[in-house]
Amino acid sequence: MKYVDEFRDSGLARNIAANIAREANPRRTYRLMEFCGGHTHAISRYGIADLLPRNVQMIHGPGCPVCVLPIGRIDQAIRLAREVILCTYADTMRVPASDHLSLMRAKAGGADVRMVYSTQGALKLAREHPQREVVFLAIGFETTTPPTAVAVRQAANEGLQNFSILCNHVLTPAAMHAILLDDTGVNLDGFVGPAHVSTVIGSRPYEPFANDYAKPVVIAGFEPLDVMQAILMLVRQINEGRAEVENEFTRAVTLDGNLKAQKLVSEVFELRDSFEWRGLGSVPHSALKLREAYTAFDAERKFGIGYTAVPDNKACECAAILRGQKRPQECKIFGTVCTPENPVGSCMVSSEGACAAHYSYGRFREAAW
Amino acid sequence: MTTVKPNYVRPLDFKHGRVDMSHGSGGRAMAQLIRELFAAAFDNAYLAQGNDGAILPAANGRLVISTDAHVVSPLFFPGGDIGCLSVHGTINDVAVMGATPLYLSASFILEEGFPLADLKRIVESMARAAREAGVPIVTGDTKVVQQGKGDGVFISTTGVGVLPGGVELSGDRAQPGDCILLSGTIGDHGMAILSQREGLEFSAPIVSDTAALHGLIAAMLDSGAALRVLRDPTRGGLATTLNEIAKQSGVGMMLDEAAIKVNPPIEAACEFLGLDPLYVANEGKLVAICAPKDAERLLAVMRAHPLAHEAGVIGEVVADTHGFVQMTTKLGGRRVVDWLAGEQLPRIC
Repeated sequence: MKYVDEFRDSGLARNIAANIAREANPRRTYRLMEFCGGHTHAISRYGIADLLPRNVQMIHGPGCPVCVLPIGRIDQAIRLAREVILCTYADTMRVPASDHLSLMRAKAGGADVRMVYSTQGALKLAREHPQREVVFLAIGFETTTPPTAVAVRQAANEGLQNFSILCNHVLTPAAMHAILLDDTGVNLDGFVGPAHVSTVIGSRPYEPFANDYAKPVVIAGFEPLDVMQAILMLVRQINEGRAEVENEFTRAVTLDGNLKAQKLVSEVFELRDSFEWRGLGSVPHSALKLREAYTAFDAERKFGIGYTAVPDNKACECAAILRGQKRPQECKIFGTVCTPENPVGSCMVSSEGACAAHYSYGRFREAAW
Repeated sequence: MTTVKPNYVRPLDFKHGRVDMSHGSGGRAMAQLIRELFAAAFDNAYLAQGNDGAILPAANGRLVISTDAHVVSPLFFPGGDIGCLSVHGTINDVAVMGATPLYLSASFILEEGFPLADLKRIVESMARAAREAGVPIVTGDTKVVQQGKGDGVFISTTGVGVLPGGVELSGDRAQPGDCILLSGTIGDHGMAILSQREGLEFSAPIVSDTAALHGLIAAMLDSGAALRVLRDPTRGGLATTLNEIAKQSGVGMMLDEAAIKVNPPIEAACEFLGLDPLYVANEGKLVAICAPKDAERLLAVMRAHPLAHEAGVIGEVVADTHGFVQMTTKLGGRRVVDWLAGEQLPRIC
């Protein structure tokens, strides 16, 4: 496949792997967090861990949109789905909610849940069903926010009164701050920075992590060679005592990002004072809500559904895993009670989740020990 | 004086007519639909017996029977339709048992209001597929459900075949050291369906691989190779089929990603949609597991057949108490190729 195969070349991968092995100092460990679920998935799917020396360790971060959605948010969506047509991306369908429910189970119980591929699909449903209320469950980091903003603006322009969104859009830098500020947190030596998120926000927002926390950040694409090259760049920064924001993904990411998308997002959305994340708890200024001018499209207001926090299952270690403190296989219910078919925690749901990625791609490693 | 002939029955309107409740009532309208459409298209001596069941000659060997319901949406897709799919799917299920498929039955659940023109297209496609395969549809049934209670048409087919002496294929017979062969590219059927849904329009041609595999399988059996398992990787794709076999046989597998072929447009579409072709359905491919000494011979026979000219060895059966199907990635790493979790694409066949 053109423009893709060259980033999956095994010969080049071996070269980079040899460089990492040669340059990594055997007397220390390198604990690197890949923030994004997309990177977690690439590392697992392509078996990148097999190409790294043992002292270069990848720690999965919280950058998986469905993983960080707390139970209370899915509960809200399920409550709505009993009244309206609720549209969602496929990944959220199996996220566990209260009362042993998920959107998929609620659908089987009669709730009207529709899977859409884009916000445009949700708008189309709203146009086709003028007598029904259509709510789009808007989730994701900075990558999925601009399409939601477009849809809200379109709905406003068309006077589409039966369309609204349940807004759960969250912000990457806020989550990275939360991880670094956590006293009980993991000792990190650096970050593999987000790919698609950075195409929107640019590389500048990561500068505080290098300047204030002395953590090197290398922004990387989602292809396996991108990830490996970023790991090599991080090893070099650490060896040289540097902490800088470097950009491996120059083919798509600039210093300032996509200004048009940023403008659109800030026209439609504003910061929430605080937002509850699964695993990270309440994080100030870490999520978005609709601006006053667009509140007609805010499902929380329109249907008067308040948010109630619900604690995670006691046995589930998703919180610690999302903070990078535990590995999936250290959770007692990993692979037994909690599997992709019957996820207990959200990390076992999406293929970008740390637990699902390890279960689906990597669990032969424990079996061999 | 009337000029209408006393026995005249106005023929069904296959241009503008629609299925109505009377077509499933058991009365004259149903008899007419059967006569003018099903019996005319499927046309064979067994069906012509006109009884509740077909009387078939005694078979020389053990019988194999398999049944399959087809609910694919959309009903028409690039490379086929629900009609030919319902013939191919069941023939393949019988054939991968090592049996020669002999007869099919077909039952239709039609939704009130379904255009007769579409039904005719589907039935004629079935008839063509059955004729080309040399496997007649010898009995059938038609029911009509109210509008909104079905989705156009659902078709269940059952196939009967006869198993020659000495052929012993089963999912529990894979042994460590055996070779795993695949007859061609993967993901074609599933992506052909998906490309027609939800307004996803790809400019590159993506065509279903739906085909009857019994001719290919007969050639493979004739080769004398020590075949252990044959299976068609339909729903759940290649990954799921291999996991089923690994579990049944109590073995593991080690695949080579570079040896698994995917048509470039399929690969690109999967990449675009975040799907893994290993989990996307096929309707004209098979997996064969055979003794390593016979792999080359079997491969040569497969490649000589038009439905398997891209066949290749994709991996090997290994001893593994965990029953993991693993894969060496193109990058040089290793990963598990797990069972499909949840549902990647609903109503694919």
